[in-house]
Amino acid sequence: MSAVDHAEAHHHDGPEPGLLRWVFTTNHKDIGTLYLLFSLLMFFVGGAMALIIRAELFQPGMQLVDPYFFNEMTTLHGLVMIFGAIMPGFVGLANWQVPMMLGAPDMALPRLNNWSFWLLPFAFTLLLSTLFMPGGGPAGGWTMYPPLMLETGQAFPFVIFAVHLMGMSSILGAINIIATIFNMRAPGLTLMMMPMFVWTWLITAFLLIAAMPVLAGAVTMLLTDQYFGTHFFNAAGGGDPVMYQHIFWFFGHPEVYIMILPAFGIISQIIPTFARKPLFGYASMVYATASIAFLSFIVWAHHMFTVGMPLAGELFFMYATMLIAVPTGVKVFNWVATMWQGAMTFETPMLFALAFVILFSIGGFSGLMLAIASVDFQYQDGYFVVAHFHYVLVTGAAFAIIAAAYYWLPKWTGNMYDEQLGKLHFWLSLVSVNVLYFPQHFVGLAGMPRRIPDYAVQFTEWNMVSTVGAFVFGFSQLIFAWIVIKAIRGGVKAEGRSWEGAHGMEWELPSPAPYHSFQTPPDISKVMASGDAHS
Amino acid sequence: MKWDKRLVAVTSGLTGGLALAATPAWAGLGELNLPYGVTSIAHMNYDLNMLVLWITIFIGIIVFGAMGYSMYHHRKSQGATAAQFHHNTTIEIVWTVIPLLILVGMAIAATRGLVLMYDTDNADMDIKVTGYQWQWRYDYLGEGVSFYSKLDEQSNQARELGSSLQPERVDNYLRNVDKPLVVPINTKIRFLITAEDVIHAWWVPEFGWKMDAIPGFVNKAWAKIEQPGVYRGQCAELCGRDHAFMPIVVIAKTPEEYKKWLAEEKKRQGAAEGAEQAAAEPSPAVDVAQTQS
Repeated sequence: MSAVDHAEAHHHDGPEPGLLRWVFTTNHKDIGTLYLLFSLLMFFVGGAMALIIRAELFQPGMQLVDPYFFNEMTTLHGLVMIFGAIMPGFVGLANWQVPMMLGAPDMALPRLNNWSFWLLPFAFTLLLSTLFMPGGGPAGGWTMYPPLMLETGQAFPFVIFAVHLMGMSSILGAINIIATIFNMRAPGLTLMMMPMFVWTWLITAFLLIAAMPVLAGAVTMLLTDQYFGTHFFNAAGGGDPVMYQHIFWFFGHPEVYIMILPAFGIISQIIPTFARKPLFGYASMVYATASIAFLSFIVWAHHMFTVGMPLAGELFFMYATMLIAVPTGVKVFNWVATMWQGAMTFETPMLFALAFVILFSIGGFSGLMLAIASVDFQYQDGYFVVAHFHYVLVTGAAFAIIAAAYYWLPKWTGNMYDEQLGKLHFWLSLVSVNVLYFPQHFVGLAGMPRRIPDYAVQFTEWNMVSTVGAFVFGFSQLIFAWIVIKAIRGGVKAEGRSWEGAHGMEWELPSPAPYHSFQTPPDISKVMASGDAHS
Repeated sequence: MKWDKRLVAVTSGLTGGLALAATPAWAGLGELNLPYGVTSIAHMNYDLNMLVLWITIFIGIIVFGAMGYSMYHHRKSQGATAAQFHHNTTIEIVWTVIPLLILVGMAIAATRGLVLMYDTDNADMDIKVTGYQWQWRYDYLGEGVSFYSKLDEQSNQARELGSSLQPERVDNYLRNVDKPLVVPINTKIRFLITAEDVIHAWWVPEFGWKMDAIPGFVNKAWAKIEQPGVYRGQCAELCGRDHAFMPIVVIAKTPEEYKKWLAEEKKRQGAAEGAEQAAAEPSPAVDVAQTQS
């Protein structure tokens, strides 16, 4: 009855006291924090699964787990890392940063924002609980191809519903981000003046809205095939198992860019800051991002070159895929040109950003190799592919999220993080991540398929090296968790403009940023004059 | 900052050490790359792989070289002051068009490759390959010869959790079968690939391709093997619990030896079928066979 009064009373104050603050919060910063902590938690859950996988693969023979459990681990590792770690990580960053970067007080749809986060803990509780169900969890790979996926036991409908919840959360988050960007910009801030992080997220949000319902459709068809007698994917009933793959990858390929475009945005914020030089080719960055987004919808079948498509189909998807190299190349060249003749310093966010540029490019190079359809008949479903997408997702997407966390931690917490520990975390991660993934190129080319718990003895040495790298990389991330906790608890006070070369509206605010970022819209012309917006 | 440099030295030392520790893997350099293979498709794919690899290495050297130069020379600690340029239309056009041209060159080579792979016409013989959880079935079409091929007994023992048989002691651990596929060399063999239960993929790296085996559909691929030998591979599409344990072994023989093998196999299978029929309806012949043995 006094709910209205209560809300009124606190409207312009800080957060509610107590734990319920986190349940009922509609504040973009609180929700951003929830997303980021959830992402970190899932990063460790998915990482633990990866370590089980790598431990079993340390040497040939089965030492630790049953092959079925191994398959559950590869399946859940994929789902947890993609939907639990990477995507919520980016949404958390968008929640924190987009309103501040636009000069807005909050997101456009705060209650929706609360709901889109709180779907996730339920989705993942549901998903992870399948491990304890009769017949075990899903073990058909994160791609859930039928007919194999239909062999899942009682866990099957729970997995489908979990995927539905994740999809809903993503769509709601995307709607909110689009509404915020279109409606909440400070007066005078045109689209072509927005920071690159906001631009890349705007485009990503459209990809999400287009792609996630397709995934929901695909898994719903699996559900009706299993329980309601439909035969969408059953050849014996006139259906087509390959059709599932087409539908899945029509979602799956845009999904790949959903996980990398915001990373491009982050890197485009960090490099100019630490090179003390404006971003090179701002307009071409925007156009390149938009072209990549467009192309991402017409390349899906390069994930299925070996399903027996007609020659014309193979050629179309090969050419379209190769084309993506052009806008992606433009981005990399622009970052290098931004660094060129700058005055660089190498704080931890910059180190991760530079590692991103090099290692993501290596992932891009192997991507170009994979695009060559005829050779893909060798690469497909082998460890070469595993190496490729871990270079773009771990040293790409995950490194970008980590870089962003270091970059904005002072703004979020009001404290500088421990730079020495940050550098330790960086160097350990950089070396171990390459020890972990680079040898996977070799075993893949030499003929080792992915998703196998045991292998022929000629692959032993490189798998051992890879496993050693995996454990060092995994445990190095605990340093990151400690750095974050330490920065939250205290440290050297951060200035409003926490980095000497930082430009943009978030740096006009004090650190930590006030609970409601901009109560009155900032004067864009003044920000422009100080060189903070793009020209 | 000295502290940083020490860390770099230690960590790079560690990587070097790891690389050395892995020396046995270098014993066969071929194991770092695609096999050159024994079919024209395999050679072509190997060459395409190397072509694109070298192009990416070349681009990598330029891009990472420029980055490295910049990171060294344009450091604030070296007294660099930041220029403020932020675009240059000419150079932006150049680095859009040049990659495009390189891609066109690659696309031409790659298209030729695909056309070669898809030329499954005029085959000298057909073998139907069917994937099952977890074994393969081979049918020599028109010859009346067919059999299942599954993981050999020794590997099967060694792969059990906590098995006392070490994988290193097993001949071709996980890459050996009870009954290999036998084919002739210098013969265009068309493989018709399908599956009975879930999706599998038939992959022998030495032939230069894999092909999905999909229930309800028949995919085509071909190989003309150049040298006699034993070629090993395995299922490449996740197909359930024992996906890792359905290897492929192909023995390529000279056409003469193959004919001899095929004749023997026909006789054997004919005899086996006869025995089966006999077993189905008891007849004096069985009694005779039993008393004789």
